[in-house]
Amino acid sequence: MELVEVKKLQVELDAFARKDVYLHLETTNGSYASHFNESFFNAGAFIRNVVINYELGKVVGDSPHRVGLKLPHGWVYAQGITHYELDDQGRLLLAGHDGAGKLAVALQISETPFSY
Amino acid sequence: MTIPQERHVLVVFPHPDDEAFGVSGTITTHIQQGTPVTYACLTLGEMGRNLGNPPFATRESLPEVRKKELQASADAMGLTDLRMMGLRDKTIEFEDDEKMVSMMTDLIEELNPSKIITFYPDFAVHPDHEATARAVVRAVRRMKDRPTLHGVAFANNTVEVLGQPDVIFDIREVRDQKMNSMKAHISQTAWMLEEMEHKLQQGDTATENWLTKERFYNYRWHEDFEKTF
Repeated sequence: MELVEVKKLQVELDAFARKDVYLHLETTNGSYASHFNESFFNAGAFIRNVVINYELGKVVGDSPHRVGLKLPHGWVYAQGITHYELDDQGRLLLAGHDGAGKLAVALQISETPFSY
Repeated sequence: MTIPQERHVLVVFPHPDDEAFGVSGTITTHIQQGTPVTYACLTLGEMGRNLGNPPFATRESLPEVRKKELQASADAMGLTDLRMMGLRDKTIEFEDDEKMVSMMTDLIEELNPSKIITFYPDFAVHPDHEATARAVVRAVRRMKDRPTLHGVAFANNTVEVLGQPDVIFDIREVRDQKMNSMKAHISQTAWMLEEMEHKLQQGDTATENWLTKERFYNYRWHEDFEKTF
């Protein structure tokens, strides 16, 4: 993965627009957050292999970036994106890693389903 | 306490590295005593968050990394019967409960273990740990001749509710194997091992204790976590 360069990532996002694509979106604090700090309110969300078709995808802001996908009837967005890569299977993998190297958010787009 | 001889030991945990911290010394000792040990690892830890910054893996490449680490940990313990059960990290509690019990029942019927090690229900913190523990207890509950069931418990209220562990194994003779099992899972354990080495150098007895003893609770059937299932 490399650090997001807005112009380069924007090109990649554009390439997946107006196609049926598989989405992976997750945000998490890890399952142990409330074990280590009992007052911590642990929330997260996970979506994998839901098909969407976005008409416009945009990466904005300084790092950590925000990435939004505009759908005909709705939105998908992720906040905290720091890194990305177009992997060897042509999938666009975006991730937000905190200072300790822990994944905090992932947003991934692929024309083929992600593995189970 | 020396480790009693068993016919066959079945270890069931959901994540690669769950075996390393709490039970790798016990597993190694059983193997050295000639007892067959099977480790059924339910997921590949696909949702692990320690991916580094800069990242050394992606969400999609992590399962392959962790699969290799799990195999390396098995090698470090001398374990030859490693089962990867194909479930997905952080989804076990959402699986069909009866399907989970069947998975455990199938393993038990095939292997006929005299002892099973898993997490202790309600004291295992992570939702996957809890779901795994529930499935194992439910499967064993239905058996006529129940094997010994040892639970690993580490919730903050464990000692308050369960008291001190009633099974403590001295594993200092296989300390190196335990260390190597933990090191095998380097993508998850790097920062923790660094902190541990530091504490050991300072002569921290709590850390030293952790490498010399492993603690379990005999499952308390008279205080079963649920009445029926």
